[in-house]
Amino acid sequence: MFSYPTVRASLIFVAVATLGLLFADIAITASNPWRDLGNFFLGVVTPNFFSSEGLLTALLRTVAFAFVGVALGSFFGFLLALVYRFLPVRVFCAFIRAIHELFWALIFLQFFGFHPLTGVLAIAIPYSGIFAKVYSEILEEADPEPRRLLPPGTGMVAAFLYARIPDCWEQLRTYTAYRLECGLRSSAILGFVGLPTLGFYLESSFSQGLYSDAGAMLILFYVLIATIPLWVRPKLLPVYILAAPFFLGEGLPIVWGNVERFFTEDIVPEPLRSGEGIAGLVPWLNDLMVNEALPGIWNTVLLTQIALVATGILALLAFPLISNHFGGPVRRTSGHVFLVIARSTPEYILAYILLQLWGPSMLPAVVALALHNGGIIGHLIGRQTNTLRLRPDATTGFNRYTWELVPRVYRSFLAFLFYRWEIIMRETAILGILGIYTLGFYVDSAIQNIRFDRAMVLILITALLNIGVDALGRYIRRKLALQTMPTC
Amino acid sequence: MSGFDLSGLKASFGGERVLGPLSLRVREGEKVALVGKSGAGKSTLIRLIHEQVGRNSSLVPQELGLVNALPVFHNVFMGQLDKHPTWYNTLTLIRPFAADRAAVKSLLNDLGMAEKLWIPTASLSGGQRQRVAIARAIYRNESLLLADEPVSALDGPRAHQVMALLRDRFATSVIALHDVELALQYCNRIVGIQDGLVELDEPSDRLAPSDIMSLY
Repeated sequence: MFSYPTVRASLIFVAVATLGLLFADIAITASNPWRDLGNFFLGVVTPNFFSSEGLLTALLRTVAFAFVGVALGSFFGFLLALVYRFLPVRVFCAFIRAIHELFWALIFLQFFGFHPLTGVLAIAIPYSGIFAKVYSEILEEADPEPRRLLPPGTGMVAAFLYARIPDCWEQLRTYTAYRLECGLRSSAILGFVGLPTLGFYLESSFSQGLYSDAGAMLILFYVLIATIPLWVRPKLLPVYILAAPFFLGEGLPIVWGNVERFFTEDIVPEPLRSGEGIAGLVPWLNDLMVNEALPGIWNTVLLTQIALVATGILALLAFPLISNHFGGPVRRTSGHVFLVIARSTPEYILAYILLQLWGPSMLPAVVALALHNGGIIGHLIGRQTNTLRLRPDATTGFNRYTWELVPRVYRSFLAFLFYRWEIIMRETAILGILGIYTLGFYVDSAIQNIRFDRAMVLILITALLNIGVDALGRYIRRKLALQTMPTC
Repeated sequence: MSGFDLSGLKASFGGERVLGPLSLRVREGEKVALVGKSGAGKSTLIRLIHEQVGRNSSLVPQELGLVNALPVFHNVFMGQLDKHPTWYNTLTLIRPFAADRAAVKSLLNDLGMAEKLWIPTASLSGGQRQRVAIARAIYRNESLLLADEPVSALDGPRAHQVMALLRDRFATSVIALHDVELALQYCNRIVGIQDGLVELDEPSDRLAPSDIMSLY
């Protein structure tokens, strides 16, 4: 069995994560974590939907930001997809999608302030990069034969509209709908940096110990995501997109002086600003690297590797929950509910809740990342097993799991996992804002200390790290000949 | 001018010669049937001719090349995308013009499937899909037809109807056929391919089915 490259690769990753555990800060530091957790669940089962009118407004704003951001992202992403074959475009897209929505929001907050534009751009920019990549992959896959058969002299636009778009329309539509769901999650967590979406109210309810309010918010959020197929209809889409900009709220007006100052002063490295010139740049950069960047990178990589393996283990344990190769409609229904909740809750919100309950350490982050990503992969793999037809006399129970199902789905499981590697790392970095010492922590502290020059360098490093992991993930997927699917 | 004179036609696959070198001269008005065992090189020859004569020919490939998500009308209309400006084509995608609708419908009527005009091609049967590809080739209105087994999925009477239509609509044609009877009836020249080379090249009125059977 050890001669299988996939098994060997998995074991190497498990070994790295186990080694990482020795260095990681895994602990429950809260004095009474289980009581807090109990209180929280009590809050979820006794939700209070009527505490304040703020709740519905927050929900409305969450939807509005998601729609405007995703619509703009999809529009510009589509345009970029048309020229995606040019290297500078690919590099540009890789760069803008390597920076997390929350980092974009933190940047725009510094000069646009609490203007709706901050939230809209924070979603639209990274989403453009993601859409560009996936749209171009989907367009690539369109059947080339109809294009070959067009009469010579057919215009480019007509050829594109007839021979390319219809063939991949369904896939483009499905992917965009999936991204809208992601957009709702992104929009919700933007509240954690102060925008008027769900995260903002969740944070304030939590800090006041109003668990029933927080529970109501989470439940409404799940209902919102679970009912997407009901309220997002093709015919209604134009209405939503046209109406959404009017429901973003007023925010605060943009002070253009701030915008100018941000670009001409704030982000200029300190030695240059104070006239020390290039010579001062070396010690400045050295200090930044040693005291902030390197510890940040170390913790980010450590946490990512542990979370990646935890995600994999959880996904493998969870997929039988919804697989119809095992008995029991009750189990399947509850399995579905569990996986829907796990994958609909943004990692950031999960991490925030667990951090409040268990106290600061890497543990809440690992559990949050594993629950969310494991939920997604478990759901996809479980659905895949439902398309498998086993021989009628196949073994049952645990033997069926280990002998019949896992070997069949293991390759696509790894493909999904390596695909999400980069996503997990991006999230790991951002969880630093909650107080775990990953790159996001240092970015956030630099911003709190009004040292935007340092923050920008750290964000740049984070982006490069993500691009690196993305490339490594793709290399491993190719090496192991794992097929890749864009919608995960 | 719909004839052609090609020489040095050859193709290799994985380092192994699968076709030629061979020459083929087709005069205007000739209806050539390519016959031979499957794997003899008929499809490769059709593809090579299509590459060489430029794209001023109507091609019906074996894979058909339909856009499955579009209705029958649009798949047929694609044969004339070069005849209209972009705005016209774009508008047609949303709402076709009456004149085009009538033209495509009458063509489909000749092929016995006018009622399928607005059905997405994905939901058609194999024989219906084949007729859509044929309709597109006819709608394109070139005088040279290159077709690879265009009636393989059609039943007897339907195959005759379609072959007669192709004979009448195209001045010149090269059609790969495995049905010897159809080849003799609707083509005036038979070219037999064996192991990638021309083994037989005669006017059809000088041949009997048994002469062709020796190729198989």
